[in-house]
Amino acid sequence: MRILPLFVLLGSLFLSAQAQGRDYIYVVGSSTVYPFTTLVAERFAKSTRFPAPKVESTGTGGGMKLFCEGIGVQHPDIENASRRIKPSEFETCQRNGVKEIVEIKIGYDGIVLAHSRQSPPWKNLALRQVWLALAKQVPDPKGGDKLIPNPYRKWRDIDPNLPDLAIKVYGPPPTSGTRDAFAELALEGGCSNFPWIKALKEKDEARFKEICHTVREDGAYIEAGENDTLIVRKLEADPSALGVFGYSFQEQNSDLIAGAPIEGIEPSFENIAAGAYPISRPLYIYAKKAHVGVIPGLPEFLDEYTSEKAWGEEGYLADKGLIPLPKKERETYRKTAKELTPLKSL
Amino acid sequence: MSKGHTVDRIVASIARRRARETRLKWAGFMAVAVTLALLALLLGSIVALGWRAFQQTYLALDVYFDPQVIAPDGRLDEESLRQADYESLVRQALRELFPQVEGRTQQRMLYRLVSSGGADYLSHMVLADPRLIGTRQRVWLPASSDVDMFAKGQTGAQRAASLQPWIDHLLAQGRIEKRFNKTFFTAGDSREPELAGILGALSGSFYTIGLTLLLSFPLGVAAAVYLEEFAPKKNFWVDLIEVNINNLAAVPSIVFGLLGLAVFLNAFALPRSTPLVGALVLTLMTLPTIIITSRVSLQAVPPWIREAALGVGASKMQMVLHHVLPLALPGMLTGAIIGTARALGETAPLLMIGMVAFIVDIPRGLLDPATVLPVQIYLWADSAERGFVERAAAAILVLLVFMLLMNALAIFLRRHFERRW
Repeated sequence: MRILPLFVLLGSLFLSAQAQGRDYIYVVGSSTVYPFTTLVAERFAKSTRFPAPKVESTGTGGGMKLFCEGIGVQHPDIENASRRIKPSEFETCQRNGVKEIVEIKIGYDGIVLAHSRQSPPWKNLALRQVWLALAKQVPDPKGGDKLIPNPYRKWRDIDPNLPDLAIKVYGPPPTSGTRDAFAELALEGGCSNFPWIKALKEKDEARFKEICHTVREDGAYIEAGENDTLIVRKLEADPSALGVFGYSFQEQNSDLIAGAPIEGIEPSFENIAAGAYPISRPLYIYAKKAHVGVIPGLPEFLDEYTSEKAWGEEGYLADKGLIPLPKKERETYRKTAKELTPLKSL
Repeated sequence: MSKGHTVDRIVASIARRRARETRLKWAGFMAVAVTLALLALLLGSIVALGWRAFQQTYLALDVYFDPQVIAPDGRLDEESLRQADYESLVRQALRELFPQVEGRTQQRMLYRLVSSGGADYLSHMVLADPRLIGTRQRVWLPASSDVDMFAKGQTGAQRAASLQPWIDHLLAQGRIEKRFNKTFFTAGDSREPELAGILGALSGSFYTIGLTLLLSFPLGVAAAVYLEEFAPKKNFWVDLIEVNINNLAAVPSIVFGLLGLAVFLNAFALPRSTPLVGALVLTLMTLPTIIITSRVSLQAVPPWIREAALGVGASKMQMVLHHVLPLALPGMLTGAIIGTARALGETAPLLMIGMVAFIVDIPRGLLDPATVLPVQIYLWADSAERGFVERAAAAILVLLVFMLLMNALAIFLRRHFERRW
């Protein structure tokens, strides 16, 4: 049969595929860290003899699952994370034999509430106002510890100093790491302004989270998908709306959109780097120590990532919107990367 | 009496019937017109955006290939030439061009004029011809994306506005030129819009779709031939299979991705992100379509062909292979190509098997990590840099051309092999 060689070929393909090793670094994880890791990957491939790493954008949670599945060439070497590894994920890793994980904090990312430059600039937004505008249930404005469905339609209803615009905010869906961070930093920060809700945090954390993190579903908060570019476009088309996304998008599109000052602080590079801007979060990468020596170039890649020309104040990552760590922290984490000091526990 | 002659009633109704006919004709015409207008709008907006990506702005710099920088220790072997600091040559040339720019911040801004790929460009030049060292050459280097956007009239781009006086200066000296963007067709993905190319995704698509066609066509045809020519009619199991195939054709594509993840990656441990696995998943997805269209083409072969073949003493296999199959083949091929053309535009199932990834190197085989055209479009559309907007549109154009070619092939095959009775 003439077809026979084809089957032999396919069969051998399968076998060879299984036996094959891997000579490139394999990274998974957060879509927020993706633009930074890919840039390092590209520079790394250009300046060394190693092949270019493969970077998958799976989201932090999805990446952790892949990362913690085990040791071996079919599993990723590095995880991008827009939050710290959770104790449960750390345990899963340990259980699956991923014992030694090197944690490197790479910098900060700010979350901005931005609007189109066509509309007049926002003078200030307090976190309390952000929460009142977006929560599903808010404390009764008449007073007391009662929650009522969010009655606010316009920003002016919340505070007479705010603009006379309908509340309309485009933001990421619950599956996104940006949304997690936004809920934790902005919404929780806002609802903690109410003493009785804040008191709940100790007594009944689940209820506290429910009150603070639940976003209204009556159309004022519009889930615009994980695509931040899309939110930027929506803001262009709809100048009265606000959008929630990462600082790097604000930086790249600063001619079209402007970030609203939060608690009186502008979302600028300097303010986020100094830790003054209230909605900012650290970004991490996690590496498997067991893969060093198995996958060529892994220590060199971490070295490139933690070099001053990459993550320094004037490095190429800063050009793309990553907010660098303070000098001291950079030195600490560079040492961690060099010595591959594993994470002991959380 | 209202009850006149039949002829009178018919005559009276003629005008009404004609009017109805005209209305129907117009409704149909409007439907076609609306569809065409929408299509034109879609294509028009993509072309209007995408054609810009086929041009790239270049800057002319007088680069001095300083031996002190390239080979400070005098070694001219390939390895040391490769590792030289070409970036500083570019910076030196920029400083010479704008001697009035002083201060670190200002100079950093100045360096932003040239793409970070400019240094690689010089490195390639020197490696190709080491005699350049020590000479001064006018070199056209790719401009950074900010400058490119500005030169293409995307004004208001604030990032470039601060560069404007310098750009005007360069323009006045004739040092800025828009050229055909060769990089776009010869490079893999990059984080810098001006260095990003489509070739990686294109070859990924080529391998994936090629293998999909190779796998799904024989399998689909064999299944169709069995079901149509050999399987017992009115059998419970055959009916069950038939119903399932029809159902499979309607299953959302992401489900096939999940299946691929569970079976090919987890159970068979095939390598992630490779065209091989992508093709296997897409084969599963297109198989039902191919089986169904192949069966229809087999049914379209007149029964007397079979009867005549059997009548002159052909065996059933000879009947199928020599007579029925050649006649049904054009239809089968068309179905297979249209099915794979659909697979060409899929991203959802590939998400699950790791083909949504940043891959710089151009895949050279079925086992290299790869991505495909629609995924590349998605990744670029999702990037913060403004330059990627037009690149994504240009990638859509490339994808459309690829699809058009496949559909043209399908039409050609049908025309060429078709026989009428």
